[in-house]
Formats: sequence, C-alpha cells, structure tokens
Amino acid sequence: MSVLFYIFSAVMLVFGLMVVLNRNPVSSALSLVVSFLGLAALFITLNAYFIGVIQVLVYTGAVMVLFIFIIMLLDIKKEQRRDLNYVAMGGGIIVVLALISQLAILLGDFVPGNQQLATLPEGSAVHQDVKLVGEAVFTDFNFHLQLLGILLLVATVGVVVLSRRQGRADRSQQ
Amino acid sequence: MMTSSLAIIELSALLVPAIKIVALVFAVILPMVAYSVWAERRVSAIIQDRVGPNRVGIPFTKIGLAGLGQPISDGVKFLLKEDFTPGHVNKLYFWLAPALTMVPAILTCAVLPFGSELFGEKMVIADLNVGPLFIFAIASLSVYGIVLAGWASNSKYPFLGGIRSTSQMISYEISLGLSLVPVLLIFGELNLSEIVEEQSKNGWLLLPLWGEGAIWNGGWDRFFLFFPALLAFIIFTTSIFAETNRLPFDLPECETELVAGYHTEYSSMKFALFFLGEYAAMIIGSGLIVTLFLGGWSLPFGWDAALMSMAGNPEQVPWWLGVIHISTFLAKVIAFILFFIWVRWTLPRFRYDQLMKLGWVVFFELALLNIFITAGIIILTRP
Repeated sequence: MSVLFYIFSAVMLVFGLMVVLNRNPVSSALSLVVSFLGLAALFITLNAYFIGVIQVLVYTGAVMVLFIFIIMLLDIKKEQRRDLNYVAMGGGIIVVLALISQLAILLGDFVPGNQQLATLPEGSAVHQDVKLVGEAVFTDFNFHLQLLGILLLVATVGVVVLSRRQGRADRSQQ
Repeated sequence: MMTSSLAIIELSALLVPAIKIVALVFAVILPMVAYSVWAERRVSAIIQDRVGPNRVGIPFTKIGLAGLGQPISDGVKFLLKEDFTPGHVNKLYFWLAPALTMVPAILTCAVLPFGSELFGEKMVIADLNVGPLFIFAIASLSVYGIVLAGWASNSKYPFLGGIRSTSQMISYEISLGLSLVPVLLIFGELNLSEIVEEQSKNGWLLLPLWGEGAIWNGGWDRFFLFFPALLAFIIFTTSIFAETNRLPFDLPECETELVAGYHTEYSSMKFALFFLGEYAAMIIGSGLIVTLFLGGWSLPFGWDAALMSMAGNPEQVPWWLGVIHISTFLAKVIAFILFFIWVRWTLPRFRYDQLMKLGWVVFFELALLNIFITAGIIILTRP
C-alpha cells in the first residue's frame, strides 16, 4: 500500500510541476490531467472509491476536457513565445513559501497517534462510502444541497441570458 | 514458516486477478474486437446484397471457412505497412493519441461481471461498489485520444473532427448519466454484480416475469417501473451509440465532409488502434447495457435458481453452471453487437445540429423527467 502511495504521490508532484514549467499550454493542461489521475489513485488507495471515481469523472473527464477544448483554439506558437511575467512569478513563489511555512509550523506540533485502530470486517460501513456520502448530503446537509441547486440554476439562466444578448448584438452588427 | 505462507497467500491473491485480466482481455475482448470487424463487413455485405470477405481461411489450402481468417490477415497487413508520420504533426501527442483511445476502452471491462462464479471465484476483475460510475469515469477519458489526434495532426479535417467529437461526447455523457439514475433507483445498488444477481432472482429489468418481480407474485412496482426502465434503456442505448462514435452519430469521422475526421493523418497500426478502440468501446458498451437492462450473465425465467437447486449445494455454483453463465453473457453481448452493426448499415447519418439538438433538447429533458417518474412510482408502490 505504501509503495503505491509513493508512486502516485511522485506522479502527482512531478506532473504538478510540469503544469507550471511547460511552455506549451496544451502540455500544461494534460500534465494537470495526469496529476488529477494521481490524486484519484491516492483516494482509491485509501478505500475512498467514490471520491476517487468522482475526481476522475468531474475533473479529469469533464472540466479538463473543456479546458483543452478552449486551449486548442488558441494560437499555441504565440503563447509559447510570450515573455515570462516576473512579477507574477515572484508573487506565486512568495505565496507557495508562505503556505509551506504555515504547513510546517502546523505539522510541527502534530503528535502521531499511538493507538491501533480496530480492523473492520469486509462489507462494513467503511466499504459503503457511496451510501454514507449520500445519506449525509441528502439528510444532514439537505438545505445546503438545495441552496447549491438554486445557485447552479441562477448560473445556468445567467449564461443563457448573456450568450443570447451577445448573439443579438452580433446579428444587429451584420 | 510464517512469512513463506504469507508470501504464498499474497502471490495467489495477485495471481487470480492477473489470470482473469489476461484471460478476459487477450482471450475474449481482443479476439471479439477483431471478429466484430469481420462480422461488420460480412453483415454489411448481406444487408447490401454483396458477398463480403469470404475467401481467407487456412493458408495454402482451399479451405475458406467463410472468411474467418480475414481478421488475422488484416492484422498482419496493418503491422507490415509503412508507419508514416507526416512532417507537420506534433510528434509526442500524435504517438500518444491512438494509445489513449484504446486504453480506456479496455480498462472499463474491469468492473463488468462476465459470469457468476467459476471454482468459487467471482467472475469479475474488480468487484467495486461504484461500478457504473467507474465505467463513466474511465470512458470519459477516451475523449482525450480523439481530441489529441485531431489537434496533433495539425491539419483542418482532423481538427474539425476532434472538436466535433469533444462537444458530442460532453453532450451525450449528460444524458447517458441521467438515464442511468432511474435504473440505480430501481435496484438501490451501485455494485454491478449485485445488480445482476438481483435480476437473476427477480426478473430482468426489461423482462420482469419471474420471482418477486412478476406481477402475479406481487411485483406491482416492477410492472409500473417497466415503462421508465424502457425509456431509460432507449436513451441509454442511443447515447452509447453517440459515445462510441457509431453511425448514425459518427460525425467526428464523417467521411463525406471530413475525409476521415480525426484519423485522416494516421496510417498502419496507429490507424488500426483507433479502429480497434472504437470496436472495443462498442463491446464494452454492449456489455454494460446487457448487465444493467438484460440480466447480465443470468438465464431468463428463473432457470438459474432451478439449475442451482438441481446441483444440490446452494452455496457453491457448480463449474458447468459457471460456464453456462459466461456463455450466456457472451451470447447476449454478441447479439447486441449484431444490433449495433444492423443499425449502422440501416440508418443514415444525422446532421451535426440535429445531433446536438437531439442530445440537449430531447434526451436531456426526457432523462430528467424519467428520474421524477421513477422516483414517484417507487414512493407510491414500495411502502
């Protein structure tokens, strides 16, 4: 199990770095895809099948496809020739360093657990993660779920209205 | 002593899935891919009143075997042809794309239960409790192969094919996922093996005629749920056609407009990989439809239970029944592949705007409505 953890963590980190280092936007986006796959694999090694699969389904299979769809319509050569933005780079490095130092301070106080957890039999609650997630979302967090639904509905209507207005403006110009 | 026995246990725990993977992929799926190409050519010939490839049999003899040797000679031809890479392509992604169409298609077979039990071993590679979601997740990756092929080829027609394919797959994935929700509501289960076992006991989803699913045994819920299930089946099957880029939805490779779409620039084995990936996706799609709607490996009319009681031991499935179950599954899948081929050579191609309209305006709404109807029926009939 731990061997797999190191392999997939390495995949995630290496391809995460590639996202930043690649000059070609398509390569960056595809590196992000591989990084997400590594993350999904990490979830699955923790027996969290549902979250792992949803990670692939939503981020790798839907969001990143749309990203790549848009990037492919760009002029790649122009993007590759763009100069480095040193201010943005410096800002990014500062943010990363701040995050790392904060994590280091927090994790420095961490006392590792010394109690052995009970081994659960096969087919017990831990193995029914979909059911547990579903029960939590549809009972305890039902209000939040409905709120999210309304939010998504507003976003959908907004997109339709905006794109229609744009289309009408184009037509009147012609 | 302790460590060596532990090692043996771990080895066998690795060996059994490995045998299953190798047997399923190399002895079942890949030959089926090759022979469904042959079946496609023969059936299309029959439909168009031609003969089709009927000559290739055993080499150096006159034994034709109705052309059964054709896939092997096709494979040899693809391997021996010059593998030409045009100068204007992006080399890395041009090479990666064919593999990326083939790999997801093969990976999805991991969660399909292709038989009940054989020698006490469950006939499924990974008995996940998120089976259908796993298949959707992996199948949604196959779009990368097509998109990359279209983009890396760096020429007009492949690019248009890639763009079409992306928007088509995204659109139909939604109705594919939504049409499955009623099915999962009816079974209350996300594990494909359990779904098939339930159908074996209480009637297939589209044939609830025995066990507790039969109307004379009090299965009123299943009787009323038959209609939403049929609607879900129609939407799901049509969306599978769109997901696998089969006619009438093969707009990404539409020959009359786009030459061959995303694989215009490919030759030799790289082209063959696209071709085989499409057929592998079709086989897995058929397997999924059979598993969810038509009882998977189970025999109809409760014969499973009858044969089990004949065998005596209710815990252990005898080996001959296991073999019968595997053959049943394969027979159903082959029948469905023939249906796919039949549709391809019968229907004309859709226009692109018609295709998108069908996905977003008709199927999306119907699938949503179907979820509401199913949930209502379940509330009313299952106290």
